[in-house]
Amino acid sequence: MIRTEALCKYFQRNHQEIKAVDGLDVQVREGEVFGFLGPNGAGKTTTVRLLSCLICPTKGRAWVNNLEVGKEDQKIRAQVGILTESPGLYDRLSAQRNLEIYAELYGVADARGQVEKYLRFLELWEQRDAEAGTFSKGMKQKMAVARALLHEPPVLFLDEPTSALDPEAAKTVHDFIESLKGQGRTIFLCTHNLDEADRLCDRIAVFRQKLLAVDTPEALRRQLFGRQTVVHLARLNEQMAATVRGLPFVKHVEVLPGESGAGKLVIRLSDPAAQNPAIVQALVGQGAQIQFVNELRHSLEDVYLSLIHENRA
Amino acid sequence: MKPIRTIMAKEWAEVMRNKLVFYMVALLPLLLTAIPVVMLYIMGRVPASESDSQELAGMLQNPIFAGMTPVEALQSAMASSYLVLFLMMPLLVPVTIAAYSIVGEKLARSLEPLLATPITTTQLLLGKGLAAALPGIVMAWFSYGVFLIFARFFSASDRVFRVFVNPMWLVAMFVLAPLLTVLAVGFGIIVSSRVNDPRAAEQLGALLILPLMILFIGPLTGFIMLNSTTFLLAAAVVALLDVVVVYLGVKLFQRETILTRWK
Repeated sequence: MIRTEALCKYFQRNHQEIKAVDGLDVQVREGEVFGFLGPNGAGKTTTVRLLSCLICPTKGRAWVNNLEVGKEDQKIRAQVGILTESPGLYDRLSAQRNLEIYAELYGVADARGQVEKYLRFLELWEQRDAEAGTFSKGMKQKMAVARALLHEPPVLFLDEPTSALDPEAAKTVHDFIESLKGQGRTIFLCTHNLDEADRLCDRIAVFRQKLLAVDTPEALRRQLFGRQTVVHLARLNEQMAATVRGLPFVKHVEVLPGESGAGKLVIRLSDPAAQNPAIVQALVGQGAQIQFVNELRHSLEDVYLSLIHENRA
Repeated sequence: MKPIRTIMAKEWAEVMRNKLVFYMVALLPLLLTAIPVVMLYIMGRVPASESDSQELAGMLQNPIFAGMTPVEALQSAMASSYLVLFLMMPLLVPVTIAAYSIVGEKLARSLEPLLATPITTTQLLLGKGLAAALPGIVMAWFSYGVFLIFARFFSASDRVFRVFVNPMWLVAMFVLAPLLTVLAVGFGIIVSSRVNDPRAAEQLGALLILPLMILFIGPLTGFIMLNSTTFLLAAAVVALLDVVVVYLGVKLFQRETILTRWK
């Protein structure tokens, strides 16, 4: 649905060439929610602008819905919806009029009906006659989401969809994105909210002018940190650690002493489901008092920061 | 055509709701029409003073005023001044609308979602340009029509009234005025691309009336004679300027330029 080949965008600033996007190769499947993460200034918004045909690539190629960027831009723009960084509404016009303008520009057959549908869905119908300038940030963001969807595009570019939203409004948008996913829409999601990315995205890409990694959140965790089992013990001693280290399939053991002689063993394994029973058996055989056994799940934040710091180094 | 109409309707809806712009667009033509109407009335009714009569005596030596009464000569002599007032409308009204339209969108950051729609740059530029230009030229022609109605009654004679519909006036109003409108819109776009305050854009755009002052001051100094030939020449110059300004405006109104350089 979205494909890029060595996509580049360079800008000239003060006689210097700034590489905002430098050789991006990525494929986003139809119906996928694809997270695009990166620090400020990484080139995420530039990438979105390239793919939505707002700006032209310097080098490389890209396709959106089998239409080539740079050659069929008008058709691409008719098939994508974009939620820009700022809502960019017409403050003096009513909510309804704001959306009707865009429905007309997108060539929506029943502009009024479609506007009503989305205003009702986003619980803004009662405020349809109010000037958009009187809306709160959250309401403006909802309006911007509605604007991106009026023409029922198969591809959506969402740039920070829940920024400036309170938790309740953010949840509405999250649930909305989940429902869009259920409709088979392809969603390209730029966000700094790693929990949001972890929850919503089928795959994520970490990007900083170049692609640092792309995979499912779980696969990225495993690639970077492997799989780890944590055994919580009422009494921890070196003998127990040695027993676990002696097992042939154990890659690494980290000892984390706690209070009052308790502690944890963090054990790196290749297949915890198959190997945990043997570990538990070995420890029990040594007289260990096992309190809890769980898999250590690194957060997406750990993944992201690890990749960014590696790249910085 | 539909996208162009949508943009125009959007622009006008915003102008109607922006009191500052609305009153500027509505009151300026009113004022610029009222001044010559009132002047024409006063000149036709208030007797000349002693000093005015002496000045007039000198003026009546001019063959242009041959056979005219002092009142007729006075009313005819002021005609070119009135014309300059009418030519201000197709300059100032579009510049005001264009300034608030484009700079307003910059400040509201609403250009990006607009550019993300299937609308072409030509359609967008035409929509915004026509939305700014049409009120200016329509106001100018409407005001001219209103002036002519009053002039029919306030002119001292048919000879004076015919001055207001002579070739010079017709060339100025129907050839030069539309070209000035195009100049105003193009200039407004160029200025708005660099400025972030609509009032600053409006004030810079108002500089366009400075060349117009040549038409006002020129006849007084005797360097320029105002006639249809002068206005045709002026129209030719403005047409050339239009080409330059429209070219620059179109180059500045490209999506990439707006998103990356309009800050």
